[in-house]
Amino acid sequence: MSVPLALLGLLDREPSYGYDLKRDYDTYFGRGKPLPFGQVYATLGRLARDGKVSAGQSEPGAGPDRKRYAITPRGRQEVEAWLAEPVAAEPYLQTVLFTKVVLALMLGHDAAGYLDAQRATHMRRMRELAEIRRGGELVDMLLADHGMFHLEADLRWIDATSARLTALAETVRPA
Amino acid sequence: MTLNDAPVPASLIEPAPGPLIEARAISRSYGRTPALREASVSVRPKEILAIMGPSGSGKSTLLHCLAGIFTPDAGEVWFDGRRLDTLKDAERSELRRTAFGFVFQFGQLVPELTAADNVALPLLLGRVRRRQAYRRALSWLERLELGELRDRRTGELSGGQAQRVAIARALVMEPKIIFADEPTGALDSLTGEKVMDLLVGQARQEGATVIVVTHDARVAASADREVVVRDGRVTDPYAIGVSR
Ligand SMILES: Nc1ncnc2c1ncn2[C@@H]1O[C@H](COP(=O)(O)OP(=O)(O)O)[C@@H](O)[C@H]1O
Ligand SMILES: [Mg+2]
Repeated sequence: MSVPLALLGLLDREPSYGYDLKRDYDTYFGRGKPLPFGQVYATLGRLARDGKVSAGQSEPGAGPDRKRYAITPRGRQEVEAWLAEPVAAEPYLQTVLFTKVVLALMLGHDAAGYLDAQRATHMRRMRELAEIRRGGELVDMLLADHGMFHLEADLRWIDATSARLTALAETVRPA
Repeated sequence: MTLNDAPVPASLIEPAPGPLIEARAISRSYGRTPALREASVSVRPKEILAIMGPSGSGKSTLLHCLAGIFTPDAGEVWFDGRRLDTLKDAERSELRRTAFGFVFQFGQLVPELTAADNVALPLLLGRVRRRQAYRRALSWLERLELGELRDRRTGELSGGQAQRVAIARALVMEPKIIFADEPTGALDSLTGEKVMDLLVGQARQEGATVIVVTHDARVAASADREVVVRDGRVTDPYAIGVSR
């Protein structure tokens, strides 16, 4: 997740204070991982330096950094370009899971046991996300869904691989 | 501190409840095809257990053996401290009728009868008075958000609605265990999820145990725990150390 771009995007709605930006970030994107204040102000400082936001005058007597930040045309351009650009579809061809299975087979370790354990770990996370989904609002539901669909894809791969371990072992073991 | 001063571990005072139902090394073949090979599984009272695994691995056979619909060729099935697989047929049917509820992928409703008739049917067969049977059936239909469909023939209902009627019908007898075989298998994923949430939610309220066969990880995520059947054997992933 690109914090600078997310903050820039939030500022593209309307000028805002660091505190309010942090609160909005935590609500929509933070999800159990709130953004530290230090990082908010450091990021805003860098964005100002690069001419993507402008900082207003500090308001007197209102805490350490009561500056109002506004996006500049340059910042707005960057947000637009970022939103329009699709994220690279990762090939997922060299996953950790795959590497572990192949190495386990090469070394004569228990690849099936590893896959079972991995499956259980994935299912445990599925259950946590299902719980979040049940109690949550739409934003939580959709975020949980994203996680669940990815876990499901992994689980299907785990099952498909479990069913083909013998054949895979023959392929990777030295003759 | 001497041994005698040591506090008695809580686990000795209050032992964890034993299993409600258990398969001990059961095997079953269809002709020469082995479907189960010494499969073991144990389910605690009120637990929601998902049985997962590839198609043809033996999930349905395991469920049918646990439910006393099939008898295993070898091994034992225990329910509530009693040996189930050696009961006389009549006793086993009686147990199935009174203590077990069933939800299958499709086919257990009578399509020509209304939703209310279908749910009342097991009660009527159990000689509950007509008025009483329909009263209980309607209250269950309402709990499954089906009150308005009480007079509709189940053959005319959508897949999701029909499965909810099937759940009402399974729960109306207040069973100790509900056996479900791919209850969401014919539904789209959102409908399936809703049906599963209703099944699990109502079972928890009733304190019923649920054993649900599913290949859908999302459905299984509503359960407390899952086991995987492969080649007729049960692997309990939680029994396997990650570190080995
Ligand atoms: N009525 C039957 N006659 C012959 N073979 C069967 C019958 N039912 C199941 N089998 C076989 O037994 C094995 C396990 O089947 P089943 O328990 O239905 O698996 P699952 O529910 O996991 O798909 C499969 O190989 C299947 O082909
Ligand atoms: Mg089956």
